[in-house]
Amino acid sequence: MSKKKEPGYDRKRTLRLILAHIGSYKWGLAVSILLAAVSVALTLYIPLLVGDAIDCIIGAGNVDFAAIAKILVKIAVSTGLIAAAQWLMNALNNRITYRIVRDIRNEAFEKIERLPLAYLDAHPSGEIVSRVIADTDTFADGLLMGFTQLFSGAATILGTIGFMLSIHPGITLVVLLVTPLSLFAAAFIAKHTYDMFRLQTETRGEQTSLIDEMIGGQKVVQAFGYEERSQKKFDEINERLRKASLRAIFFSSITNPSTRFVNSVVYAGVALTGALAAISGGLSVGGLSCFLSYANQYTKPFNEISGVITELQNALACAARVFDLIEEPAQIPDSHDARVLEKAEGRVELEHVCFSYTPEKKLIEDFNLKVEPGQRVAIVGPTGCGKTTLINLLMRFYDVNSGSIKVDGGDIRETTRASLRQNFGMVLQDTWLRSGTIRDNIVTGKPDATDEEIVAAAKASHAHSFIRRLPDGYNTVIGEDGGGLSQGQKQLLCITRVMLCLPPMLILDEATSSIDTRTELRIQKAFAEMMRGRTSFIVAHRLSTIREADMIIVMKDGHIIETGKHEELLAKGGFYASLYRSQFAH
Amino acid sequence: MFKLLRFMRGYVKECILGPLFKLLEASFELIVPLVVASIIDRGIADGDRSYVVRMTLVLIGLGLVGLASSLTAQYFAAKAATGFSAKVKSKLFGHIQSLSYTEMDTLGTSTMITRLTSDINQVQSGINLCLRLFLRSPFIVFGAMIMAFTIDVKSALVFAVAIPVLSLIVFGIMLVSIPLYKKVQKSLDRVLSLVRENLYGVRVIRAFCREKSETECFSKANDELTSVQLFVGRISALMNPLTYVVINLAVILLLQTGAKQVDSGVITQGNVVALYNYMSQILVELIKLANLIITLTKAYACGDRIQSVFELESSMSYPEKLTVERENNDAVTFEHVSLTYKDAGAPSLTDISFSVKPGQTVGVIGGTGSGKTSLVNLIPRFYDATEGRVLIDGIPAKDYPKDELRGKIGVVPQKALLFGGTIADNLRFGNENAGLDELEAAAATAQAADVIASKEKGFDEPVAQGGKNFSGGQKQRLTIARALVKKPEILILDDSASALDYATDAALRKSIREMEGSPTVFIVSQRASSVRYADLILVLDDGALVGAGTHDELLGSCPVYEEIYYSQFESDSRKDGVRA
Repeated sequence: MSKKKEPGYDRKRTLRLILAHIGSYKWGLAVSILLAAVSVALTLYIPLLVGDAIDCIIGAGNVDFAAIAKILVKIAVSTGLIAAAQWLMNALNNRITYRIVRDIRNEAFEKIERLPLAYLDAHPSGEIVSRVIADTDTFADGLLMGFTQLFSGAATILGTIGFMLSIHPGITLVVLLVTPLSLFAAAFIAKHTYDMFRLQTETRGEQTSLIDEMIGGQKVVQAFGYEERSQKKFDEINERLRKASLRAIFFSSITNPSTRFVNSVVYAGVALTGALAAISGGLSVGGLSCFLSYANQYTKPFNEISGVITELQNALACAARVFDLIEEPAQIPDSHDARVLEKAEGRVELEHVCFSYTPEKKLIEDFNLKVEPGQRVAIVGPTGCGKTTLINLLMRFYDVNSGSIKVDGGDIRETTRASLRQNFGMVLQDTWLRSGTIRDNIVTGKPDATDEEIVAAAKASHAHSFIRRLPDGYNTVIGEDGGGLSQGQKQLLCITRVMLCLPPMLILDEATSSIDTRTELRIQKAFAEMMRGRTSFIVAHRLSTIREADMIIVMKDGHIIETGKHEELLAKGGFYASLYRSQFAH
Repeated sequence: MFKLLRFMRGYVKECILGPLFKLLEASFELIVPLVVASIIDRGIADGDRSYVVRMTLVLIGLGLVGLASSLTAQYFAAKAATGFSAKVKSKLFGHIQSLSYTEMDTLGTSTMITRLTSDINQVQSGINLCLRLFLRSPFIVFGAMIMAFTIDVKSALVFAVAIPVLSLIVFGIMLVSIPLYKKVQKSLDRVLSLVRENLYGVRVIRAFCREKSETECFSKANDELTSVQLFVGRISALMNPLTYVVINLAVILLLQTGAKQVDSGVITQGNVVALYNYMSQILVELIKLANLIITLTKAYACGDRIQSVFELESSMSYPEKLTVERENNDAVTFEHVSLTYKDAGAPSLTDISFSVKPGQTVGVIGGTGSGKTSLVNLIPRFYDATEGRVLIDGIPAKDYPKDELRGKIGVVPQKALLFGGTIADNLRFGNENAGLDELEAAAATAQAADVIASKEKGFDEPVAQGGKNFSGGQKQRLTIARALVKKPEILILDDSASALDYATDAALRKSIREMEGSPTVFIVSQRASSVRYADLILVLDDGALVGAGTHDELLGSCPVYEEIYYSQFESDSRKDGVRA
């Protein structure tokens, strides 16, 4: 992502940003910490009370019921207070965490809407999605755990030490000396299991990718009788994974029993020193019982905190990834005095345009083109020749490196993006539809369209007849990416979407590639109507669809190599001519 | 889910020993409060220092034995869980591979992948945890209660009341919150799909200037997610305080009854301490148990999903041996064939009949969704015809053993898909033992020689998964070569030249025609130029065969073909040909 920085830099920045986000909830957080302190103090007070009560129960006929009753009331009151404090604290922590995460997600999403296309094209969508969803989720978990367990854990440790010291400093020393052992044990095991876990993760990744490949391509696998070989491959990885998992799971599961053992040593130590102290009269039995329960409580937060710290580190790493996205520079905003393009006439001029996605690979150099209102420009060339580059520039998805593109005489960089794009109707090769109803999809560009307008547009694009046959007509819900519709139907919907707005300029990118030629003919009639009087840029594979263009731009390997009319280019005998003739070659 | 347990066979020993050792550990833990009680009652009361030391050693000893048995238990549990999941995975992978196209269509690839990966992992950790904790936690809870009863029946009654109340709280909260967590997941899915949509549709969204309304839409979904999360959070935040209150109320009751019992001389002071300790143990275990049950419910659901795949049987069966005699001398015969996909409302092919002689080239043309791919998919029996018969070499496709039928036929699917490995690995996909010369010959015929030559390592050039490091046209040529390496008797090209320019397409068709062994070739295409010189052109329209013959025959007789042809080729009669 970003270039290598000092190792400490990222962490500091991430912490600073997290703190900034916590900032608006700082009062809530302060209350939460206060509640944690109250709840911990009272929680620790209870064993003390129980110890006192036990001291009142000495033997047959030697029980101070009045004192016990008083103590029990104290216990009851403390319990009530603790419960209330804990619940409030948890609820508060939940609220703070989820609100912070909500804020971060919103910011990330807003950023996505404003990021330059160059960034989005260069980063796999899956990766960005995982930042906004999975990373923020992990961050939320870590933050929540940090809030709920870190404070109360630390408070518990400090509080216990204080209470223990107040009862008997000698025994406290024993506890203090032995407990670090459990931390060492946990850290030692964690360090040594790390490699095993990594091996497990790697092997699992290997297996998943094999599964993905073989099941994803199963039709081919079956057609070529590859099943046995793929099963063999699978079983080999599977066995390796089994061994790796066994080791990872077993060795990591040592942690709990080991720390439990250390705890029981602490417990035994307290029992020993406590009992000896009791014999010599330095400690009451109630005090011993109290100590024993402290010994139990005291070691637990250590284990929890070591868990929380790993979790927090993970959370920090995830937060850093989300913040990387949020801090990514957005596209240059429209300037205040930018021109608002009303209904454009459709004069498009490209003057000395230079453009390339990466500086190393020059694409378009010093390109000039003048399109009069209402003219039809066809862009042709083999697949992957960079035809979409021109669209990227016209729609201002990318800005030119030098030179200028003018619409109606004004540079498009000095025009608001919104008004520029509203003047273009675009049908792209990859038919993107959103989950929702058919109607939702059609009205994308004109949310307030009436039913009549929608039906008229659908009729014009020949989509009406298939939409009508869908179970709920225009209200049929389609899944993500138009799931359930055929490629051709999806394309018809994309065309309808543009038909509804009918902007003064059109961009049609392979718009009919997935529609059979007969339907295409019908759509072309509609297109022809639509294009009348409108400046249009058409990218198409089929030469027959572009013969009638006023101008043809021939592209190859990202470069524009020829421009002119059909007849001119044929006469020239260049690349276009050979492309055209090959249609008849056999 | 329980049916999956059959894969536990072979790990029975581990499944019994694991929990057993866990119980052992738990028993040792239960003895601890008793030892402490005796330290108080005998050691402290009598001032017997050596007794205290001895009992301390017993405590440490108990800890050690507990550690040892716990480690043994963990090992057995891990071994059984990983062994089980490896077995299930291998069997499930094999099973999925045996499913026919029909089942794959209904189930969907991504579902099958989740079943094989995350679902099985969930089951694995469920089993692991179950073997470790499922016996331990209840054992400690009830063990602690029984131990309490052995100390003093009257005080132990407090346990008998507290445990059901605690269980009610713990499981009640779980029961309420589990469905709510599903709701959280659903809201999260919604947020996720909005992000995905906005990334994939970024150009359309910006072209229509929808950035603002999209952001509003997202923020609404995000708010919904947050509010569900908060609601669940508030409920599960009840767990700790409530259990804490119950335990402490129990402690108060315990102290009260304990005080009375001690006062009347029934129990000792040490006994009261022991009872108090047992109460603390119960709380810890109950919370562990609750977590275990959450994991188990998840594992159970995943197990059910896995089992449902196992129960899905391939809708096709193949005979062991070919036992039928040849009926005719054709390479391929269709007799009144109709095909209706599973759960589809209308047939995709209706009443198709034609026959093809060996070595002939057949062109299949028609509009989108006219049934071209459906037709050729019947030849290698990817699907079964719902009506009529498909004969290959004069024998019904259904009477062939799977390998024999698929061995005859080379398919180049519409979507050019390569696999991870080298180019050579990919070309040998259907014929493991093909020599380098055979690969070269196939590549040359498929016009792929220059693709290979352009790569630094030639045939050993690595191919990324899905063939991502090759362009569309390169992939198509390599998939054609892959089919040719099989030396098929029947070659099916399903619109597999769409990414090639017209010249390469033409050269490809020429070299295939000149191939040795002269296979029967099916060319599916939308381009009239690709099928124009075929021996037989099948024209499909909406699943029906509306024309069959050569180019010249069809031009005069088949309006659909004329329409397609003239829409792609300039002609004087074009205007007359189009009846829109």
